[in-house]
Amino acid sequence: MPIISIANLSKTYATGFSALSGVDLAIERGEIFALLGPNGAGKSTLINIVCGIVTPSSGTVTVDGHDIAGNYRAARRAIGLVPQELTTDAFETVWNTVSFSRGLFGLKADPGHIERTLRALSLWDKRDNRLMTLSGGMKRRVLIAKALSHEPRVLFLDEPTAGVDVELRQDMWRLVRDLRGQGVTVILTTHYIEEAEEMADRIGVIRSGRIILVEEKAALMRKLGRKRLTLHLQTPLDALPDDLAGFDLDLAAGGQELVYTYDTKAERTGITGLLTGLSAAGIRFNDLHTEQSSLEDIFVGLVREEARAAE
Amino acid sequence: MMGKDMGERTGMNWPAVRAIYLFEMGRFWRTAGQSILAPVISTTLYFVVFGAAIGSRVSAVDGVPYGLFIVPGLIMLSLLTQSIANASFGIYFPRFAGTIYEILSAPISPLEVVLGYVGAAASKSILIGLIILATSALFVPLRIDHPVWMLAFLLLTAVTFSLFGFIIGLWADGFEKLQLVPLLVVTPLTFLGGSFYAVSMLPPFWHTVSLLNPVVYLISGFRWAFFGTADVGIGVSLAMTGLFLAICLGLVTYIFRTGYRLKS
Ligand SMILES: Nc1ncnc2c1ncn2[C@@H]1O[C@H](COP(=O)(O)OP(=O)(O)O)[C@@H](O)[C@H]1O
Ligand SMILES: [Mg+2]
Repeated sequence: MPIISIANLSKTYATGFSALSGVDLAIERGEIFALLGPNGAGKSTLINIVCGIVTPSSGTVTVDGHDIAGNYRAARRAIGLVPQELTTDAFETVWNTVSFSRGLFGLKADPGHIERTLRALSLWDKRDNRLMTLSGGMKRRVLIAKALSHEPRVLFLDEPTAGVDVELRQDMWRLVRDLRGQGVTVILTTHYIEEAEEMADRIGVIRSGRIILVEEKAALMRKLGRKRLTLHLQTPLDALPDDLAGFDLDLAAGGQELVYTYDTKAERTGITGLLTGLSAAGIRFNDLHTEQSSLEDIFVGLVREEARAAE
Repeated sequence: MMGKDMGERTGMNWPAVRAIYLFEMGRFWRTAGQSILAPVISTTLYFVVFGAAIGSRVSAVDGVPYGLFIVPGLIMLSLLTQSIANASFGIYFPRFAGTIYEILSAPISPLEVVLGYVGAAASKSILIGLIILATSALFVPLRIDHPVWMLAFLLLTAVTFSLFGFIIGLWADGFEKLQLVPLLVVTPLTFLGGSFYAVSMLPPFWHTVSLLNPVVYLISGFRWAFFGTADVGIGVSLAMTGLFLAICLGLVTYIFRTGYRLKS
């Protein structure tokens, strides 16, 4: 059973704006899942619904088998949330605010756990500092500590590295990996592809309130392993010669360019054969270059397709 | 790494109520000097202005010396304004600052949220009420005929108006609105509700009009607990306070059921 099951989830805000439409998603126990999408795609809306901050318009969500509406206590107890916005109580101390969070989740005080959490986030020295005296990065750490104060089984990180320094970013990734090692499921949102690429086991792409792709990162990376060779032809072609039908070729730039896609990890790339074939067909070129297709390309491609489909 | 469940057996998340309550009280203690000094000073001023200046002309009301007569009204005045101010700010501020996300995403029932916030607001205003009572003792020899009823009214009023303040704090979408209801409605009603006079002293027409003012019943009941005399029957006072409490409870329940102003 997935730890989170989302079925046919939709959200229309009071403004009439439809932020989510018919989202289906299953998060597996113990995985790191990255929800990738541009600003305004509906990432925060989705997270906030699962966490109980936004009311869905329709659809169901269960967390570890507990319905988020019908059995909200059990569902929420399983979840820790690090929100996108840096909101903290200015006058509280680090120690108090993290202890407060644990109390909210119905747990007995556990100074040992709070201490371990603060140490893991390099907050131990700041435990008696008031939150207003902390930098933005430190506040972000405090929000993470608060989310971990009640030992959640699922951790949501909404754009955890937006505006965060390199050191914190690295600490955060270390922490996320540690948590996964302890069996915690981590769901993070980002609009940085590298982040999804670096951290996630699986990646979901969301756009305009719809999930347009969910894939194992490894499978995505295989697609990433593909390269494109572009040949700038001396004379434009109207059509591909039949002799070259065996190659994965496309004409681009109005017949000016010939694009060959190949797998860099394959034993044979087929480039030698292609070049031989080209010279046999009398096709000449005056320049060439290769490029790696990145997650960004895949992403942009998907988003374009989606936009075209919507028209 | 699951935490030990608490409250699962009782069905109530008491640690959360406690956490909210202590958090809210924390603000009071942090500014303890101010929290305690302000009511002491204002009480002193009231005694100087009303007790000394007016009291020298109005000798006694219903056989009670004027300086003593205003004590229940003074306490009520602070109780109402403090309850509303504390409770409305308590819930409005996290909404304004965004920290409300934590309350909304925690396994807490509406009842527990209300217990935490309203309980703290009521505690603070009761403390202030008692401070005013103690300060009054410096100016006039106190007389409390029914101390248990006095405490009961203190508690009931503090809870009721903290609930009312909580509703205002949920409803307000700006600091102006937070001030609006206390300023335009509650303070005038309190002053006109017989804080500093017995409504029976008014001409018949205004006396009748006054009976539409819910605060009259609070002050009257409270004053009865002190001196055994009242503008309206003690039963009516209790019933009116209870009615207002019920209305506030109903409103809060409705607000949480609909998520109004808390969730989008
Ligand atoms: N409370 C709200 N009322 C109306 N529209 C909202 C509200 N919150 C978010 N939106 C809109 O919903 C869309 C999705 O927002 P969000 O979920 O925050 O996107 P993301 O986190 O992917 O950037 C955005 O266009 C945003 O303007
Ligand atoms: Mg967002």
